[in-house]
Amino acid sequence: MLVAAAADEWQVPVAEITVSQGVVRDESAGRQATFGELAEVAARQPVPAEDSLTLKSPQDFVYIGKRRLPRKDLGKTDGSALFTQDIQLPGMLIAVVAHPPLFGARAARVDDADARKVAGVVDVIQIESGVAVLANDTWSAKRGRDALKIDWDESDAFRGSSPEIMASFRELTQTPGLPARNDGDAAAALAAGGNVIEADFEFPYLAHATMEPMNCVVRVGDGECEIWNGDQSQTQDQGNVAKELGMKPEQVKIHTLFAGGSFGRRANPHSDYVMEAVRIAKSRPGTPVKLVWLREDDTRAGYYRPAYAHKIRATLDDNGMPVAWEHRIAGQSILKGTAFESGMVKDGIDATSVEGATNLPYRIPNLRVELHTVEQGPPVLWWRSVGSTHTAFSTEVFIDRLARAAGKDPVAYRLQLLEGHPRHQGVLKLAAEKAAWGSALPAGHSRGVAVHESFNTYVAHVVEVSLTDDGGFRVERVVCAVDCGIAVNPDVIEAQMEGGIGFGLSPALMSEITLEQGRVVQSNFHDYQVLRIGQMPEIEVHIVPSAEAPTGVGEPGTPVIAPALANALEAATGQAFSRLPLKLG
Amino acid sequence: MIKIQVNGRNHELSQDLASTPLLWVLRDKLKLKGTKFGCGKGLCGACTVHFNGNPTRACQLPLSAASGGQVRTIEGLSENGDHPLQKAWIEEDVPQCGYCQPGQLMSAAALLASGAPVDDASIRAAMSGNICRCGTYGRIVRAIKRAADEGGRA
Repeated sequence: MLVAAAADEWQVPVAEITVSQGVVRDESAGRQATFGELAEVAARQPVPAEDSLTLKSPQDFVYIGKRRLPRKDLGKTDGSALFTQDIQLPGMLIAVVAHPPLFGARAARVDDADARKVAGVVDVIQIESGVAVLANDTWSAKRGRDALKIDWDESDAFRGSSPEIMASFRELTQTPGLPARNDGDAAAALAAGGNVIEADFEFPYLAHATMEPMNCVVRVGDGECEIWNGDQSQTQDQGNVAKELGMKPEQVKIHTLFAGGSFGRRANPHSDYVMEAVRIAKSRPGTPVKLVWLREDDTRAGYYRPAYAHKIRATLDDNGMPVAWEHRIAGQSILKGTAFESGMVKDGIDATSVEGATNLPYRIPNLRVELHTVEQGPPVLWWRSVGSTHTAFSTEVFIDRLARAAGKDPVAYRLQLLEGHPRHQGVLKLAAEKAAWGSALPAGHSRGVAVHESFNTYVAHVVEVSLTDDGGFRVERVVCAVDCGIAVNPDVIEAQMEGGIGFGLSPALMSEITLEQGRVVQSNFHDYQVLRIGQMPEIEVHIVPSAEAPTGVGEPGTPVIAPALANALEAATGQAFSRLPLKLG
Repeated sequence: MIKIQVNGRNHELSQDLASTPLLWVLRDKLKLKGTKFGCGKGLCGACTVHFNGNPTRACQLPLSAASGGQVRTIEGLSENGDHPLQKAWIEEDVPQCGYCQPGQLMSAAALLASGAPVDDASIRAAMSGNICRCGTYGRIVRAIKRAADEGGRA
């Protein structure tokens, strides 16, 4: 359409137009135009039929698939890169907020006399989500916040505790839920008896714990609003803010900055921290306000990866192959009550609660997946790789157990069940080959494998783990194979697989948010622990050559690591793991 | 007045700031925003600076305790962003989101400057206080070794 537009504009035949490096040229007349310059005219061209198009041949790619491309210096090694936290505007005030100790509690009585005495404090205002102290600098705002005396109305607050929440989820998995997938008749096949194997799995709430705690700069003007944010979801934030302020979306301008990590947190359909900043800033029209959450605010704010309980039951035939598989999941819905509900919650099934389970690729004639959606709990949100964060674990640990029960090699067993799924098979074979699957290991070392597709990208990890003298274990090495279609930028794919593995190792090894009568127990990195440098394994990434359409690589490396690790530990110890984080003994 | 030297420049700051952590003095008063706020409890390393040559969490050092001392921040690590570690960081393509990297670089620079042998064990020990949520640890190790090999101690 760009070429057709240029041909139209310049009145030359299409065949005389060339395209290279983002520039459309008519060599004969020495004319040229960038894609941007032609975009408006191109948009009026008829859309050509898909089968009339010939895509560029891979051998003609200039950048795609190339390594070590020249890169811009983004200021990330000299401190000059600007994050939301770094925004400084003339007359700007800093807001630090006292948030309620329980989800759903509200400030009933506020004594701000001491807070107002703190030098630098300018104002104290009550908002829906707490009490905000505005000051000229961050430390004064924090000291002011700490000096507030607040009585909280906890009458409508959520008071659940993690053990009870999980017990209620487990109980739900004892009963049939809403069907999310139903092939054959799993219930009948299971009722027929034989060798029924079953397992329960539990997953805690997880915080995103981005390095940059949530923050946002807002200036509400007359009929316009400006926002500075490391925003991952501008359209939603713009719409929510416009509604709050009684403006049209185009009156809300968002300056998108680098985000100091997000992993889904800065893409909240509820725009939680953005709305908090707006509600503070609108009390001082014209003044830019930077909302700063301290680490404790961030850890305790909710919008967690939901907690879930799973139960899987299966029967095997005489050859050890699964005849029936029934998978029940219980937990909160991420999308209910959001703008995504109409598109992604169908017949009571939130697609993000069951993804990774409903598209189980293994050939099983009777396969049923059921969901119980729980209404009560802390606010929840997607977290890097969304539903696959839990479904990859339960399905891949369980399939390993079936292989063990059948007396078969976990790789061979999977390959047999993956007939007709060549891309799953491809990554599995490649990872197994590169890791020398089946070869001898040093004493105390073992291997585990897992394969999973998410976001249309296929990933297999082979993990090597060693048992340590102190009764623990160490993740030594991960061999990763990824099929993401055409590998657009192999350097980035490798970096994202490494990062995804690191991110997935935190909940596998140590991260967990727990509630005690509604209070979040964890507050900072001493009790919400995450992976540190000494715990990072050696990682080797292999990319499957492919001509398929390119797919995402940010998330799919994450969900596969915990099940591969659990499988390695189960192989070494015989212990059947039923919950994350993994603990030996 | 409280006197400190930051990246070779002398500053005189009000006594009112005595209890303010160096992190917020650097960021809010001196507008040196490369030193990052991550946890406020000395747990994540994002605010690592050199105080009298030692890697120090700026969120844990009240200005009064820094009085008379010399502070080096990421902005002062090199004149033109060309410290051997900064070059190695780009060569190894270390940063992802980038937020923790100033702290990582300052911890790594202190390790190289210490003259201690640079190997897996010393890197682990020097860098264990710096969290990266993007999982760039493997590349950080490679970049430190590369800088050390290329004479980065100087």
